[in-house]
Amino acid sequence: MSLIVKTIARWVVGFIFLYGIYTMVYGHLTPGGGFAGGVILACAYILIMLAYGRGFAFRNLDWRIARALDSVGGILFLTLGVLGMILLMDDGAFFFVNFIQRSLPGEPFHLFNAGTIPIGNLVIGIKVMGAVFVGFALLSMVRVYEFRGERVFESREEEE
Amino acid sequence: MFELLALIIIFMILAGILTIETEDLVSAVVSMGAVGFGLSVCFILLRAPDVALTNIVVEVVVLILLLRGTIRLGEKTVSGHRDLAGLVSGIILVILFLIFGIYAGVEFPRFGEPGFLRFEDSASWYYLREALSRTGAVNAVSAVLLDFRAYDTLGEIIVLFTAVLGSIALLRKKLKRDKEQ
Repeated sequence: MSLIVKTIARWVVGFIFLYGIYTMVYGHLTPGGGFAGGVILACAYILIMLAYGRGFAFRNLDWRIARALDSVGGILFLTLGVLGMILLMDDGAFFFVNFIQRSLPGEPFHLFNAGTIPIGNLVIGIKVMGAVFVGFALLSMVRVYEFRGERVFESREEEE
Repeated sequence: MFELLALIIIFMILAGILTIETEDLVSAVVSMGAVGFGLSVCFILLRAPDVALTNIVVEVVVLILLLRGTIRLGEKTVSGHRDLAGLVSGIILVILFLIFGIYAGVEFPRFGEPGFLRFEDSASWYYLREALSRTGAVNAVSAVLLDFRAYDTLGEIIVLFTAVLGSIALLRKKLKRDKEQ
């Protein structure tokens, strides 16, 4: 991309990243949450990829690492649901019980509050960031060209 | 506010018609984006900033993906005649939707009047009343998504995970087959 796009992207990408983290962490206090925050974080990486090319973006966040983040986020969210069942086995446990809020209730309108909800927001944000970035990276790797009258789809991992 | 909402909805309908009628793929993608952003403005006017934020963010990503997809695939325009069977079935579907929509709309509560107040023990009213005291989360939407209805969120996550898994499997398989040849 041109110099203008690169310069603007360099200035803006930090703020986008910060806003994504804010949306994720303050999901239980302000509008937003894990899903929106994760997509905003993925947008920051997509902006880097569009402005500076695939190789530079993969040096920041390799698509295999993003794939791992996707899986790890899913497993952690499931663990959060099962953990409450295990810890509160004696008194009325169910799937995704808010076990932290039950034992140590926080003060409303404070950051450390609401038990498992901020943790769930963080985990979902990481998961969604990985998933959206992997989707975009995979689609950007696919090349389409005509070969002997047929259309060929090919995926290349290296920057040529 | 109702008039403004109606104006935005008319704009969205026009943009939707343009999306399917235009032959240029890039302008189709752009007018589809206009539909999405109009929807986001509607959500903001209806005081649902949570949904508006998520919608606008996903809309941006989808717009980038589709634009890049249309440019990458190398096809700038589409042309072709509409077949009669599709047109007729589409018109029949629209008429049926209108009839049943009018029947359903009679039962709706009036605009701006919360429907859950009709019933004392409705689930949405319970969530709004008890969200702060039971979960401690000020944002009721977050409380519903991650506490009352966390199981739904798990399903959503599984859908996303499966989509990524499927796209990785398909595209990687293509790569491997290309290397063998």
